[in-house]
Amino acid sequence: MSTPLAITAVVFVVVTTLAIGTWGLRFSRTTSDFFVASRTVRPALNASAIGGEYLSAASFLGVAGLVLAFGAEMLWYPVGWTAGYLVLLVLVAAPLRRSGAYTLPDFAETRLESRVVRRVSSLLVVAIGWLYLMPQFQGAGIALASVTGASTWVGGVLVATVVMVNVLTGGMRSVTFVQAFQYWLKLTALLVPVFFLLLVWAGDGAVSPADVGDAVVGNDWAAPLLPGDWEGLYTTYSLIIATFLGTMGLPHVVVRFYTNPDGRAARRTTLVVLVLLGMFYVLPPVYGALGRVYAPDLIASGQSDAVVLELPARMIAGLGGELLSALTTAGAFAAFLSTSSGLTIAVAGVVSQELTQRRLSGVAAFRAAAVVAVTVPLALALLTSGVGVARAVALAFAVAASTFCPLLVLGIWWRRLTDVGALAGLAVGGGLSGAAVANTLLGLDHGGWQAVLLAQPAAWTVPAAFLTMILVSLATPWRRPVGVRRFLVRLHTPEAVALDRG
Amino acid sequence: MSSPGPSPRVRVTSPRATRRRAPRRTPAAEIDQQSALGDVYINSLLRAQLRLAGLVLLALALLVGSLPLVVIAFPALNEVIVLGMPLPWVVLGFAVYPVLALLGWVYVRTAERNEQAFTDVVERS
Repeated sequence: MSTPLAITAVVFVVVTTLAIGTWGLRFSRTTSDFFVASRTVRPALNASAIGGEYLSAASFLGVAGLVLAFGAEMLWYPVGWTAGYLVLLVLVAAPLRRSGAYTLPDFAETRLESRVVRRVSSLLVVAIGWLYLMPQFQGAGIALASVTGASTWVGGVLVATVVMVNVLTGGMRSVTFVQAFQYWLKLTALLVPVFFLLLVWAGDGAVSPADVGDAVVGNDWAAPLLPGDWEGLYTTYSLIIATFLGTMGLPHVVVRFYTNPDGRAARRTTLVVLVLLGMFYVLPPVYGALGRVYAPDLIASGQSDAVVLELPARMIAGLGGELLSALTTAGAFAAFLSTSSGLTIAVAGVVSQELTQRRLSGVAAFRAAAVVAVTVPLALALLTSGVGVARAVALAFAVAASTFCPLLVLGIWWRRLTDVGALAGLAVGGGLSGAAVANTLLGLDHGGWQAVLLAQPAAWTVPAAFLTMILVSLATPWRRPVGVRRFLVRLHTPEAVALDRG
Repeated sequence: MSSPGPSPRVRVTSPRATRRRAPRRTPAAEIDQQSALGDVYINSLLRAQLRLAGLVLLALALLVGSLPLVVIAFPALNEVIVLGMPLPWVVLGFAVYPVLALLGWVYVRTAERNEQAFTDVVERS
């Protein structure tokens, strides 16, 4: 593939991102502008921004790579990432907006009236953010290596640097426009090439990807699950639980809800997001399936995550294919930049909130926090490798589902939740899922069912966290917060009704 | 037929008319003061929204969450070819997304209706 075109595409995305960020800065005047765009962003624009932030390297590259290598079971990743928004919509969208908190730790502190729960939540936000940032940098390395032949660390360092410059200059605080632009860029970057690729495929006689011989895995590529595959069934359901319930606990997802004018708009925004995600996630599996026919060697060489980038140039000879490959490369970099920026801001915001009360002033704390927020996951990305972009992200979902999902759901719907119960649940859910993640990242292999349970832990860590939170809360009724009734009134009543909301 | 003549006029009053009326509190005030009645208003809203959420999640579990079990129970489905791909591919790759959007749409409509009903009750007086 032609290096100049691809590099031009990468430069274009980087420059546009910086430019829109700086341009948007002119519209930001007040503190409220910076943090929540003064809560006036309409559902359509806001939903594009959420989609832009949410569709990460895992969605853009990872899904196609997994489908190429492992087949139909992997379709559950995009389905779960979309269904997670439906669960978020019905359980937390409007109440979370009405709670008036900016971040997850803010919510935890207001609901449970406890500084300790706040601290623990902040730690978890940082952990989940890092776990999610790491595969973004790895994906960037794979992408740049694939299109330019550079070493795999170059792409990660490049994306980390751009994100850092953006966040440090403050340009990315006016992210709504940038993120919205990047959603449509990502959709275009997958949608336009797909038409041409499908035309070529039809012209070649439309060989079904299911009929191509198997390069790596057994004969079950085409079938999601075969009878007797209990480990596969467990893994699938564990993934479903992690993605359906984990979305609501991702730090960069939650922050976006406060830019809605009110709870009703928060719901409508989430509904639009659901549609936008559905439109996007139809596309990556097509690349994976076509890769089965046209690029099966990527599986053997362990580069299946690059299939989206390589497929157009392989299927269409000459300038046309190179242009289309440059387009998917641009989309991939939009994915790295938007998700990493959103996560960095969310993590840095939480870290700086904790630091500000100690020694540093607001802006300095935010900048210091941003540097930490980027460098640690970058180092992790350079040191560990081989987990696969989409799988590493799935681990972040598992931790989020085992910690913030019970905290949010019980905090919003169950008035008997106590601070002790919440702490116990966070410790159990975070401890168990964290141990499983560490096990996977370190590459320890236990074999058999133990390995299966640890590789995809949500199916047992989420129930454990819920149970602990409920039982310990019931055992400590005297710890129930005083203001919980008033808080639930605030969470659930429409803003139009004049009520005392505390 | 003789009439006894007009009877003396009698002033008809309610026995309580002279007493000061106890101030009638609005539902909003009941909620603000966290009275038992206020709790009833809030709980009815909470329960309606929670029931709705439960129904949508149940539909999600039945329509989408059951798919792995269906596929493992009926492997013959993999032999059904639609658009050049086995049926489970088409369902998971395409058909699931409109279902998710539809469930979301039904939820948003009904949740807004529940809130409107609550608003009507609380602001009626």
